[in-house]
Amino acid sequence: MRNFVERHTFWAIVILVAAALLVWMIFAVWPDWLVQMLGRKKTFVNTLLNGITLGGLYFLVASGFTLIFGLMRNVNLAHGAMYLLGGYIGYEISEYTGNWFLGLAVAFLAVGISGILLQVLIFRRMEGDDLRQTLVTIGISIIAADVMLAVWTGTTYQFSPPEWLFGATVLPVISVIKSSGAEVYIKYPIYRLAVLVVAVAVGVGLWLFLNRTKIGMMIRAGVNDREMLSASGVNVQLVFSVVFALGAGLAGFAGVIGGTALSIAPGEDVRYLLASLVVVIVGGLGSISGAAIGALIIGLAEQFGLAYFPTYGVVLTFLIMVVVLAVRPQGIMGER
Amino acid sequence: MASRSFFSGSFSLTDVHPAALLTGVFLLAYPAFASDFFVFQIGAYTLILGTIALSLMMLAGYGGMVSLAQVTVAGFAAYLMAILGENSVGVMGLGWPWWLTAIVSVIGAALFSAFIGAVSVRTEGIYTIMITLAVAVAFFFFVRQNYVLFNGFSGFAGVEPPTIFGIYWRNPTPFYYLTLFVAAGFFWAVYYGAKSTFGLSLQAIRDNPRRMRALGYNVTLHRITAYFFSGLIAGVAGVLLVWFNGRISPGTIGVDVAIDILVIAVVGGMRHPVGPFLGAIAFVLLENFAIDLIDRERFNMVIGTAFLLVVLFSPDGLLGLWNRVRPKLRFKRDTQLSAGSVERGEPVEAGSSDKN
Repeated sequence: MRNFVERHTFWAIVILVAAALLVWMIFAVWPDWLVQMLGRKKTFVNTLLNGITLGGLYFLVASGFTLIFGLMRNVNLAHGAMYLLGGYIGYEISEYTGNWFLGLAVAFLAVGISGILLQVLIFRRMEGDDLRQTLVTIGISIIAADVMLAVWTGTTYQFSPPEWLFGATVLPVISVIKSSGAEVYIKYPIYRLAVLVVAVAVGVGLWLFLNRTKIGMMIRAGVNDREMLSASGVNVQLVFSVVFALGAGLAGFAGVIGGTALSIAPGEDVRYLLASLVVVIVGGLGSISGAAIGALIIGLAEQFGLAYFPTYGVVLTFLIMVVVLAVRPQGIMGER
Repeated sequence: MASRSFFSGSFSLTDVHPAALLTGVFLLAYPAFASDFFVFQIGAYTLILGTIALSLMMLAGYGGMVSLAQVTVAGFAAYLMAILGENSVGVMGLGWPWWLTAIVSVIGAALFSAFIGAVSVRTEGIYTIMITLAVAVAFFFFVRQNYVLFNGFSGFAGVEPPTIFGIYWRNPTPFYYLTLFVAAGFFWAVYYGAKSTFGLSLQAIRDNPRRMRALGYNVTLHRITAYFFSGLIAGVAGVLLVWFNGRISPGTIGVDVAIDILVIAVVGGMRHPVGPFLGAIAFVLLENFAIDLIDRERFNMVIGTAFLLVVLFSPDGLLGLWNRVRPKLRFKRDTQLSAGSVERGEPVEAGSSDKN
């Protein structure tokens, strides 16, 4: 941090000023000229929060994707299908038992196990052949999407999370002051804030896992040099299986979280696959912190695009990707 | 495979492999004995899909760049046809003459493809597939939510081929010959182009980009040019596609279609330009007749399983399968004939080593 300030003083100042401006825009009551320029403050703050929470959701999906790639150089294009599968399994379990958290746990475990199966049965056979592995994941995602369509049909499913996650909470942010002098505070759904908390918790958990445990150390070593790791006597296949289980499990976990925030339906797999792809392309493949930054950028871009220029929202996301690729092909946090 | 010496000047009819000759005669005579359904829905559609897959095969087989955005490029040309030409929806439809629309659409598609190439070639290998997939999905969502230019979810209808020489080109037989002409032309272009200087250097770049860079070749420019040419092929196929369907909507360029094209190219085989067409035949026949065997709804499962089996067990697709089976058949045939076909039938990229 300090290093960054010393090396890029100018940019540090720009970032600081932008952050201060943002904080002022969130907490101050907007003067008339700003309202005229950007519309109501409520829209702005809500869009901002939506973007951040969506970024949290994208991080949950993309972190598994980038984790698997970082270690195994395997672009798992079935990641979207795993997201959807997790959503469906979580829905069935939570409807059957009435316990949403149980659904969440089972989705994580079940999709994690499916990841292990994939790794053991298929990817182990074609190690080092990136393209073939990727093609296989495409084949799997076609079949998986069709099987899920057969089992759960084209209906849209809505979760019923615990009562206390429902409803909205009042944020300590004043939206407008009415002519009577009464202050109107901004309300925001609790569940979306919970998504953000979960995403941050998962991010911190992943960081601790990778940096403070022995297997995390092995994974980091494997990212740097896979051959050397196996030469030093570590069972690489076991490490691969753990990582694949964790990455796939995170996709399933995100399926329940995201399915509860929005809904679960066919086609969501492609949406979240696109999100993961763009997030890791922007953030840098294989980097967890890159996934966090990328997810935040893409989440914000998508929500602001949707709110301020609806028909061109996707173009904004796409432009961000193109600019990052042009300036820094390996992604913001990526390493070559 | 058959006629390597076709363009080398020393051409004689005996050099043509009997199978190639037979295929040519069959394709030309096809409308004479097939019903309209087989000529249009099977024949012409196969050739269009095959041409799009050919543009992917050219990039992936010779350039080593597996792009999932070929359908997007074809769809871009198709959308341009509807936007610049005439459509019956009442959105856009600038009413340009057909020849200008077609030329601008194809060139536009080629430039779009070159742009996709420029975005994705700076990274290597597996990134290409991710970036092109992201481009394909982003374009799909974009046309679906944009109503001003692309008329959103419903897209455009009523895009008709012109009537020239008193022939209405959407009638099955003329349209079949049109697609056959285009497909055969691009087949020869790719087949012959692979042996040109550009084709050979592209294959050398695929095999070892660092060495080619060290030799002074502009690797990035070669790749972008390859994207441009494949965009030309995909663009023309897109024009044919919109004439074939009469309409274009986001569903035509969805991710599933992009993956179908990849399936076609992989199942057919990426080592020879005939592969995509073989894959397209298999795909279209399955698509039309798998209903009799299984539920129509489960078509994707059949396609996915076929694709998975090919990737798992025969990475070179049907062509690879054929190459594996052929030596076993050869024992039964005339030894001299087969010795000749070994020489001529070797994989094309073997030529790249004598150049560099």
